[in-house]
Amino acid sequence: MTPFAYHRPATVAEAVLLRWREPASAFLAGGQTLIGTLTAGGAHPSALIDVARIPDLAGIRDEGGRLVVGAAATHATIARDAGSLPGLAALARVIGDLQIRNMGTLGGSLANNDPAGEHAAAALGLGADIRTDRRTLPADSFFTGPFRTALDPDELVVAIAYPRPRRAGYAKMRDPASGYPVVGVFAAETADGPRVAVIGAGPRPFRLPAFERALAAGFGPDALAGLTVSAQGLRDSLHASAQYRAHLIAVLARRAVAAAK
Amino acid sequence: MRIALDINGRSIEAEVEAATLLVAFLREHMGLTGTHVGCDSGQCGACTIHLDGRAVKACLVLAVQADGRRVTTIEGVAAPDGALHPLQEAFRDHHALQCGFCTPGMVMTGLDLAETLETPDEWAIRAGLSGTLCRCTGYTPIVEAIADAVAARRERKA
Repeated sequence: MTPFAYHRPATVAEAVLLRWREPASAFLAGGQTLIGTLTAGGAHPSALIDVARIPDLAGIRDEGGRLVVGAAATHATIARDAGSLPGLAALARVIGDLQIRNMGTLGGSLANNDPAGEHAAAALGLGADIRTDRRTLPADSFFTGPFRTALDPDELVVAIAYPRPRRAGYAKMRDPASGYPVVGVFAAETADGPRVAVIGAGPRPFRLPAFERALAAGFGPDALAGLTVSAQGLRDSLHASAQYRAHLIAVLARRAVAAAK
Repeated sequence: MRIALDINGRSIEAEVEAATLLVAFLREHMGLTGTHVGCDSGQCGACTIHLDGRAVKACLVLAVQADGRRVTTIEGVAAPDGALHPLQEAFRDHHALQCGFCTPGMVMTGLDLAETLETPDEWAIRAGLSGTLCRCTGYTPIVEAIADAVAARRERKA
């Protein structure tokens, strides 16, 4: 591992200033992707700015019709404490493995935007707002490409505001060896209509407008009967072909709708 | 960087490089070699320890991240007089180890499951062990030992 400096700022403002002053630095939250990347020699930051203990990034709270989750909330905390939004808690319960869920964070997952990152499914599927130190970004415009987001380099995710759905569910196919999702689908019946979001299948998370229109007629798995997805543009890897991923999307969308609570 | 933390009930202060992994700090600085290094990449779970009472992989945590926090390793599980923890007893009773390499990580993972699982359901335990690998594939007795510990905790609470 290339040596680096380590800072643990007490506030959001201090963290952002440190990151801005040192362009080759990186934010560190749970580190469950970053530290493995450092060990493998895949990144060489000049400094890590540890944001995991900043009070503004902690906690889960109700705010009007929204559930607001701090960016430093771990997957385990969300699985345990987001019971009032069962679809989100169910998703958090099956991320990675026990140890990863105890350390990995919501904000880290979204900011990293691994194409198989699972929190993106709920953020996009619920139409969440991503609140940063300087603005609010809708999930619909947040995920711009593989490992790329609309965040500025020195911009810090502070919290995610999820509108409460009538019901929502998540279903995925886990790669048996790595545990990574081959495909995951989040489906929600929201105040603004049905939303269906897919992770793992494309270069970035995306929605399924045709599935959403079908669900508008009645939010149940039968409404999706016969709907298929084109394999065009989907990921094709040793884990799964694009055709298989297209097949999984349709199957998992029905399962996610059926699981919705 | 100077760090101060609690390791197995002892207050420790030490000087570490920021790039030192917690697992390296525990093994090489503290001599606590019960925490094993299997894959060094977050896959195998042999380095599982507890940070503030929850299981984490010590190869995916920096020593500086443990500053001010409470670390428990396999050396801190038995009582100071050497009396085994009930989960360690259950591992012995079920012969839940073959080569023993994964055992420290299995016990530390199992302790988290024994605290957090609602029921000693076999498949919930197997899912809970998905980040802790036994290369001897001796999972059946490991799952049985952890199920005993989950059931024992439920009885204590009942």
